[in-house]
Amino acid sequence: MSQAPQEHDRLKGQEESSQQGQEQQRRLRNSVGRMLLDHYFRLACIGIACISVVVLVFLIGSIITQGVPSLSWTLLSGTPEPEPSEAGAWPAIAGTIWVCTICALITLPIGIGTAVLIEEFKPRSRWANRIFSVIQLNISNLAGVPSVVYGILGLTAFVSMFGLVGSLKRGESSFEIGAIYYDQFTNLASDPFMSMGVEDAKERYFLAPVISPSDPPTVAKSGMEMFEYQGDQKIPVKIEVLDPFGELPSDPDALSLAIAADTVPGRISEKSWYYFSLPFGRGVLAGSLTLMLVILPVIIISSQEALRSVPSSLRDGARGLGATPWQVVWNITLPAAAPGILTGSILAMSRAIGETAPILIIAGIVYIRNAPQHLMDSYTVLPLQIYNWTSRPQEEFHAIAAAGIVVLLIILLSFNAIAVILRQRMQNKVR
Amino acid sequence: MNRDVAESKSSSTSLDVRVRELLSRGRKDLATTRFKEIAIYFALIGCGLFSLLITVSIIGVLLTETLRFFQFDEVTVTNFLGSADWTPLLGETKSFGIWGLISGTLLVTGIAMAFAIPLGLVTAIYLSEYAPRKVRDILKPILEVLAGIPTVVYGFFALMTITPFLQWLHEGFNVYNAMSAGLAVGILCFPTVCSLAEDALQSVPKSLRDGALGLGGTRFDATIKVILPAALSGIISAFLLAVARAIGETMIVALAAGSRPQATIDPRDEIQTMTGFMVQMAGGDVSNFGTEYFSMYAVAFTLFLITLSLTMVGNIVRRRYRETYE
Repeated sequence: MSQAPQEHDRLKGQEESSQQGQEQQRRLRNSVGRMLLDHYFRLACIGIACISVVVLVFLIGSIITQGVPSLSWTLLSGTPEPEPSEAGAWPAIAGTIWVCTICALITLPIGIGTAVLIEEFKPRSRWANRIFSVIQLNISNLAGVPSVVYGILGLTAFVSMFGLVGSLKRGESSFEIGAIYYDQFTNLASDPFMSMGVEDAKERYFLAPVISPSDPPTVAKSGMEMFEYQGDQKIPVKIEVLDPFGELPSDPDALSLAIAADTVPGRISEKSWYYFSLPFGRGVLAGSLTLMLVILPVIIISSQEALRSVPSSLRDGARGLGATPWQVVWNITLPAAAPGILTGSILAMSRAIGETAPILIIAGIVYIRNAPQHLMDSYTVLPLQIYNWTSRPQEEFHAIAAAGIVVLLIILLSFNAIAVILRQRMQNKVR
Repeated sequence: MNRDVAESKSSSTSLDVRVRELLSRGRKDLATTRFKEIAIYFALIGCGLFSLLITVSIIGVLLTETLRFFQFDEVTVTNFLGSADWTPLLGETKSFGIWGLISGTLLVTGIAMAFAIPLGLVTAIYLSEYAPRKVRDILKPILEVLAGIPTVVYGFFALMTITPFLQWLHEGFNVYNAMSAGLAVGILCFPTVCSLAEDALQSVPKSLRDGALGLGGTRFDATIKVILPAALSGIISAFLLAVARAIGETMIVALAAGSRPQATIDPRDEIQTMTGFMVQMAGGDVSNFGTEYFSMYAVAFTLFLITLSLTMVGNIVRRRYRETYE
């Protein structure tokens, strides 16, 4: 009676072992399958990874084929004329240089300062610690804010200054330095209706200084002293006011000094290189400050990483010799982290050079013929000029846009190359 | 020198005076050093608070101007949040339904992510787990160059190369279409996804990888069954950050997606995104301070809320994840 269950168990065991064998065989087969799967996955990976190479080659190739034929000296030095063959990007290139230089000068101290604060001056109290972690979280969130939103912020904060000072609507500012206003009079000879019988006299323009831009127009009087441009110099001249319908002097020189009695002057202004006004308006400074908002988080994060990579033994050594916290940072940590900070800053600046959306919001699409002369001057930047050309319907402008892109990419690639070389030097030094 | 020594030896009082002088100078130096330390510390704290000020002013500006937008008679909150007709420039029949712009944004973002997420993730796995050093040294700089190309260049590429190609494939594609903009945004996000996901994969401890390989798993097994689950939160955060970037992308959609806001899922059709509308407002001559000008702030506020919540969730997910291995 007792044998039967034993027999049963044995049979069952055999069954199980054969099942195990099948299982093992299946697993063995499966492992071949897994090896194959691994192999195919590797191939698929290589294929997909090649896509990035293909895309880059295709992108660069298509832009070069479209752009290189229209690369010319005119493109680099000319003004953006409405005629495609004469169009150039010099004002845009100059604008990019202005905006990015000022942006770097403002952003680097603030960005590196913030990074130093977070990395080197770690607080001891719990409460301060919480504030620091809020700042850190805030920076990583700021890095994710779309640049177009920074443009909107800049429009309110810098261009119109929250409407607190002056009004942008009426085009006047409440505070100005470095601007001189003049009322410009034209003489009789330059007025096409009045110049009958005075053809011998040459056209001249006279400037009467105005004390405040809100003064009423100057009334010209005989014997009044005004200024006239001769070449680059302002020369004082005495003018005569005449009734254009009365008797005119016969001497052409005297005639050329005459102004018609009812001439209405035009208000013009001369701005020095240090011209400054509040609110900033759609000028270079507003653009630089807006770009600062965009790249500040980038610079902070990369500087933090550079500071973190400095071995703490250096800091401890300096501290042990009695250095104060700032002496440690200034003499030890910052020099050691300098190449990393520099690399990050160069990459951030190359982002600033290519940034279009915030500048588009701040400056709008305007026709600019000259390089900026002062901080409040209107301007355009290279990417914005490219956008402008690309969005036009004529095919010729698209070719010029492609050529502009080639110029932009050359600038950016040289920036990246400098960053890569710096990084390699730094790695060699560490080794 | 000799005379100096002789002098100091001759009168011990002068030595005493000199030591005192040195000490007092040291004390003075110490005072200035302390003052400098404190001044610099406060300057640095000022720098740190500046970043907080930026956030506060973004929220403050967008909130007040959006409230001003809702105070106009032609604008109602129900219209803004409940309608998909965005026609701010149509004079009499103005309608401000934000969904008309959000749907465009979502369409472009969806197309971009369908391209960037799978490709970016697989490339990240390849770079992190399979690629030999030489291939890494070539691929990484290429990805960096792709990430460094300005967006206006991608916009040009989309309009001048991708769109004609799509039109060649299928005749139904409009000159401005969501597909071409979406693909270009996808190319733009691809390096972001790739480098963030690779960081997440790389920060999985080597012991986990070695353990999986030691148990007889292939690289594929180790990756799919061990490393990917371990790095999952980092990868999800990479996806979220990439989505936020795609939603905020401006120049590509401004150039290639067109300017007709409509709620459609047809990728061949012209659409307008939130960012595209802002560019249209800023680039056009709507400088009168009317409703459509303030609608720009309302759109910007919506965009800011969406991207901020995405980045915040992304950063929180990544932080949590980092702590588990430290």
